[in-house]
Amino acid sequence: MAERDWTKAPAHAIAAAVKAGEVSALAVTEAHLARIAALNGKLGAYTDVTAERARKTAQAVDAKRASGKAPGPLAGVPFAVKNLFDVAGLATRAGSKINRDHPPAKQDATLVMRLEAADAVLLGALNMGEYAYDFTGRNVHDGPSRNPHDTARMTGGSSGGSGAAAAGGLAALTLGSDTNGSIRVPSALCGLFGLKPTFGALSRAHTFPFVASLDHLGPMARSTRDLALAFDAMAGPDAADPACWKDAPKPVLPELDRDPSGLRIAIAGGYFRAMGQAESFAAVDEAAAALGATDTVEWPEAARARAAAFIITMVEGGALHRERLKTRIGDFDPEVRDRLVAGNLLPGSMLVQAYKFRRHYCALVAKLFEQHDVFLAPATPCTAPLVEQKTFVLDGQELPVRANLGLFTQPISFAGLPVVTAPMPAPNGLPLGVQVIAAPGREDLALRVAHALEKQGVAISIVPEIT
Amino acid sequence: MPQNPLPDPEAYSRLLADAMGLPLDQADLAEVARNVALAFRLAASFMDYPLPDDIEPAAIFAAREQAHG
Repeated sequence: MAERDWTKAPAHAIAAAVKAGEVSALAVTEAHLARIAALNGKLGAYTDVTAERARKTAQAVDAKRASGKAPGPLAGVPFAVKNLFDVAGLATRAGSKINRDHPPAKQDATLVMRLEAADAVLLGALNMGEYAYDFTGRNVHDGPSRNPHDTARMTGGSSGGSGAAAAGGLAALTLGSDTNGSIRVPSALCGLFGLKPTFGALSRAHTFPFVASLDHLGPMARSTRDLALAFDAMAGPDAADPACWKDAPKPVLPELDRDPSGLRIAIAGGYFRAMGQAESFAAVDEAAAALGATDTVEWPEAARARAAAFIITMVEGGALHRERLKTRIGDFDPEVRDRLVAGNLLPGSMLVQAYKFRRHYCALVAKLFEQHDVFLAPATPCTAPLVEQKTFVLDGQELPVRANLGLFTQPISFAGLPVVTAPMPAPNGLPLGVQVIAAPGREDLALRVAHALEKQGVAISIVPEIT
Repeated sequence: MPQNPLPDPEAYSRLLADAMGLPLDQADLAEVARNVALAFRLAASFMDYPLPDDIEPAAIFAAREQAHG
């Protein structure tokens, strides 16, 4: 019998095999390091590979098992993180030229520590759009991340390396950040399951921020079970992040296999049924049909929500980088720089009105969940554009790709809602994603519904042949 | 989308960039001004939206407070 290729196995299968002694954590790690060496040049996924650390961690997991102790829930699972997460010994570059001059981080990000505490194995840090202000996966300093399903196409961003690594079999699990869609867009375009948790559910401590009031961190993987395992391992209070909940969320894994047939599932209508290509809406309809969902509900104020998210992003992001703009303006990606400068020039009342509108919008959205448990919406308006493509046509209008790939994700994260992106194949053979959206704190429901789609074979994530 | 309420985005951007101490090259002014104009145009969609005076604008918000079920 041929030996199993562990680089194509989902995280939960790796953990089960390591725990059962069918394969060592070190062998899984070596297989992934070899694949990274072979394919990272094509995919542009990793910016740093922490091979020695990975081998030491894997050996410790194997030693733990050999001593009779039970390995953790992510035993031997190779993971990697967007390079805005602190990794001890590496400068936290956040996709920038400027930050790589920083001294190396002295400690890991909280979520890295928690995954390693569950016996996962860190492989390295991943490419991303500069300072996370990006939906494409392009990076002028490190080169673009490339889509494993077609390397001429973009991964989406800003967690582009996280998409390329997990979809390409260069890690079983990756972490990204999502301010306006940066987990969900690359998950959709790369054919991955991605979880953007509720705002505050996971600690952001020891990561480089972008927009403090909108930043979320979360996992990307090739199965919903992997997302659930990772979420449960990472969740819990952390005084180092003022937005992080004071109490731990309920574990989601025990709920994953519950039949979702009693749930009230609807298609998000209005804004979410325009400005996309037909295949994006067809994917939502296919998911709805598989779940027996027939209601379509008008989503309130999504366009204004997107506009307000745009302003908050520009102003908070601009303010964050003001000193760097004053002293090193020439070292920014020009497309990022111009928006950050502009964010510094907007009136304060505009930002406060955007914040106040967000409060009002959260209340409107909360009302939706009195009648329904879960909503379905497209994750992106199209499949992956070409890496260098600057514009696309939506509803007859030629629009910039960079700003508009996230037009369906921004209004959802603006309310801090938990979302699972479920990957579905489009007729052109490229992946698309459907957002499975639940009420705040109900990651369990979004995961259950996405899992039901996965079990039916409607949502599917595979490692493609990379050419 | 509403009309742009900013009549001269380049002049506005130059004035504010100087006041904020941001070194803005003349070659980059047009693109910064385009982004500023876009921001004003988008913000026009919610700037006059009727909201109560006492609505909470806190930047760090607790989405979980609205949890159901």
